[in-house]
Amino acid sequence: MIRVENLQKKYGDHLVLKGITTEIQEREVVCVIGPSGSGKSTFLRCLNLLETVTSGKVIVNGHDLTDPKTNLNQVRSEVGMVFQQFELFPHKKVLDNITLAPIHVRKMPKETAEKKALELLRKVGLQDKAHAYPEQLSGGQKQRVAIARALAMEPKVMLFDEPTSALDPEMVGEVLAVMRELANEGMTMVVVTHEMGFAREVGDRVLFMDDGYIIEEGTPQALFSSPQHERTKAFLSKVL
Amino acid sequence: MSIDWSVVIEYKDYFVRGFITTIELTVVAIVFGLIIGLILGLMQISGKIYLKVPARVYIDLFRGTPLLLQILAIHFAVIPTIWEDILQMTPPSALFSGFVALSLNAGAYIAEIFRGGIESIDKGQMEAARSLGMTYGQAMRLIVLPQAFKRMLPPLGNEFIALLKDSSLVTVIAVNDITYAAFTTAKSTLERMGPYVTAGVMYLLLTLVLSRVVLYLEKRFTPQARKK
Ligand SMILES: Nc1ncnc2c1ncn2[C@@H]1O[C@H](COP(=O)(O)OP(=O)(O)OP(=O)(O)O)[C@@H](O)[C@H]1O
Ligand SMILES: [Mg+2]
Repeated sequence: MIRVENLQKKYGDHLVLKGITTEIQEREVVCVIGPSGSGKSTFLRCLNLLETVTSGKVIVNGHDLTDPKTNLNQVRSEVGMVFQQFELFPHKKVLDNITLAPIHVRKMPKETAEKKALELLRKVGLQDKAHAYPEQLSGGQKQRVAIARALAMEPKVMLFDEPTSALDPEMVGEVLAVMRELANEGMTMVVVTHEMGFAREVGDRVLFMDDGYIIEEGTPQALFSSPQHERTKAFLSKVL
Repeated sequence: MSIDWSVVIEYKDYFVRGFITTIELTVVAIVFGLIIGLILGLMQISGKIYLKVPARVYIDLFRGTPLLLQILAIHFAVIPTIWEDILQMTPPSALFSGFVALSLNAGAYIAEIFRGGIESIDKGQMEAARSLGMTYGQAMRLIVLPQAFKRMLPPLGNEFIALLKDSSLVTVIAVNDITYAAFTTAKSTLERMGPYVTAGVMYLLLTLVLSRVVLYLEKRFTPQARKK
């Protein structure tokens, strides 16, 4: 589904990703953990080319993202992204937040898009908020709408960048529940998270990143109970 | 001191025509200023050097020189040169020069308002739109500009009012606007106060109406939820 080969990313002279190689299978849920500034967000953003790749190869869903001939808008429409700060469109109602891209990018008729949006809202438990504006929602509700918005494009992969980090603790659960359900339905997911419980329970594989490298990867059980690297041990001892 | 209003009544056609001309100048400059401003604003944030530099030069030129000079230069130098030397035709009226000068000048100021408005929208909004597969143009049109426009309305309103008042400068090239009507009436009748007070009242009326329109727009562009 996703293949990354020796991915490097520079901001100016600053090398942030120093050569990432990994492969993510269809229906796999991969959690990415690591200290702040290790390049987790940058890695995720390279997967749908919100950042330009400096060197290396990124192949998503059969599209080579580093090939200049690839239609990036097409690729992005097949990859859903959920942001830490939700990034709902504040001037649009919840329903319009969800239907906007299907209508304008997929050219879906308005009625079809709205019908589908309402189904997705039901799925995330917010059908009664269809006509609210984002500012009338709590953080947890916003993030669930953001997930519904991404799902409306029927993505083949969902990327999550610390989806619960900006939430009050009592709202983390409702968002993780939606993500857990998605995982159970077989969605391919890459999740940058500090929620070790979620990683352990839902993740098929955990990548530990530090200083622009994937230091260690493995099943949650293996990585959490017997980390091989000193840096992994040090990080886990702080967060577990 | 008493004001002899009879001269104003005698010359009322002048004032009516001046009133209409001032409105025309303002409306034309707002419309074309918005178009020029939007284009220049987008050029500035495009991140492409060959678009940024010309936009910057244009804006600095029109903001860095007096409007009065621009009006004179456009009417007496630029337009005659283009029409007589290049097109081999008689130049259009002074009113046309006024339209051109005010629009070009407004475009420079409005461009800065557009740029500021667009830059004030969080980058995450553009990224969220792009991550859904929208093109840059779609994301701008559907997500960034509508939000930026709301924030731009107060400074745009100020700019429109400034424009209305600055339009009086075209009097120097004998465009018969409100100021010109007052000036010529006062000169030919030797009545000192009446014509100028009349002109002042007319401008005041127009600026008040314009600021009400801007306020109304600001309300309309605020989402339902925030009204209460
Ligand atoms: N737009 C940018 N320009 C320059 N440097 C950047 C930019 N974005 C990120 N960086 C740098 O890249 C490095 C990795 O950043 P990144 O956001 O990927 O880290 P992260 O692992 O997601 O951290 P966190 O857990 O704090 O979100 C950091 O040193 C950061 O300062
Ligand atoms: Mg991050």
